[in-house]
Amino acid sequence: MFWEVTQSLLAGFWETLKIFLITLAGALPLGLLISFGSMSKFRPLKWLVRTFIWIIRGTPLMLQLIVVYYGPGLIGNWAAKIPDPNFLIAWMAQWSVYDRFLAVIIAFIINYACYFSEIYRSGIESIPRGQYEAGQVLGMTKSQVFFKVVLMQVVKRIIPPMSNEIITLVKDTSLARIIAVYEIIWNAQAFAKSDGLIWPLFYTAAFYLLFNGLLTVLFGKIEKKLDYYHA
Amino acid sequence: MVALEVKDLHKSFGKNHVLKGVDFTLDEGQVLAVIGSSGSGKTTLLRCINFLETADRGQVIVNGETVFDAQSTKKEGAKEKREKQKKIGLVFQSFNLFPQYTVLENVTLAPKLHAKERPDYRQNKKQILNEIDAMALDILAEVGLSDKTEAYPCELSGGQQQRVSIARALALQPSILFFDEPTSALDPELTGEILRVIKGLATKKRTMVIVTHEMKFAHDVADKILFMDKGVIAEAGTPDELFGENASERLRAFIGQFDR
Repeated sequence: MFWEVTQSLLAGFWETLKIFLITLAGALPLGLLISFGSMSKFRPLKWLVRTFIWIIRGTPLMLQLIVVYYGPGLIGNWAAKIPDPNFLIAWMAQWSVYDRFLAVIIAFIINYACYFSEIYRSGIESIPRGQYEAGQVLGMTKSQVFFKVVLMQVVKRIIPPMSNEIITLVKDTSLARIIAVYEIIWNAQAFAKSDGLIWPLFYTAAFYLLFNGLLTVLFGKIEKKLDYYHA
Repeated sequence: MVALEVKDLHKSFGKNHVLKGVDFTLDEGQVLAVIGSSGSGKTTLLRCINFLETADRGQVIVNGETVFDAQSTKKEGAKEKREKQKKIGLVFQSFNLFPQYTVLENVTLAPKLHAKERPDYRQNKKQILNEIDAMALDILAEVGLSDKTEAYPCELSGGQQQRVSIARALALQPSILFFDEPTSALDPELTGEILRVIKGLATKKRTMVIVTHEMKFAHDVADKILFMDKGVIAEAGTPDELFGENASERLRAFIGQFDR
């Protein structure tokens, strides 16, 4: 039985890992883009982006998952009932069924990009103005100043809050079960339902702990690697 | 030949009128010291000439070319502005070195980035980069840092850091070099080494503008001194004229603070 449970949990954890990795790959760059928006000198864009961040950070991720998954379905059902649909309505009608995994990825990327953007923003704003001015008087372009001077310093400063957030992401993947994506918690719960076993659920902790342990070591290494200078 | 000409420069921050019409010229190969109490507009003047602030009125002319004209309606491209920026160098009070780079990298970063715009960059990349490194090592030797080229700024003393930032500014071969209170962030025992470096540059006939609180240094090194007070040039002249017998009451009072 133990071997059977382990196999099932491993399969579930693979799904967990997929959510984790794809979210990270999408949210890390998107977060940087959002942080630029939230620091924009163009006021309307800045307020639009900040309002969006407020909504995403101010509501539960679980709720966002439900909205992202069921929301388009509602629109799709409404569109499907319209007689003589034009091409737009017809396109929307297809929304009624869509991939659970895709919904999870969309919701997670948006949610985490917003959190990351605030970390980026705090990092970027903490770099002294003198660094930008030094780059400017040396005749560097704005993008050269950002990528060659500022970015590395930002990375160093945001590693600790980032590692915090990324470890939280590992655990947040368990929310995917709310829309029946078969990640590790879902698979463990299945044993409770079918065989009346509760220990597989406890057993999942080992997977999370092991993986987060690895991440902690990895971030420690990165921090150490960037420790060759201090500002 | 006139290296720098500043005409009727005005700058306000909100209601605070910091520069109220500053005019002066500086000949090539000369050293200009700008003195005056805090809030007299010295640093703002330097920042306006170096494009870190935009003056509200007036002109800045470098080697006969108008690099700034507040009246001009022509919208300048970023590239044009950068080209003008490269002609003048600025050494900051707080060094502003790039902490993640070694001393040598701090000095070569900008020249290497600029080299990418050269038409022969792709062909002769290696040679060009080697030349920049060699040039940077020469300059670092000039400021006495040959043994620190691989160190990081955080491993250096304040005086050494400031010498790196002087080397970094020199690496772009600016026609005029500006110093914004280069010794104000240093312990008294470290100011000497910076002043020696600047004196060394002066003997090589570098055109320089130095905002400073070191009166003796200004007297020794400058060909010309501007005394600023409340946003205008209160007095200008050679060190002997300003510090000599005929100095005005106001200037005597200002200089007197430093003797105590």
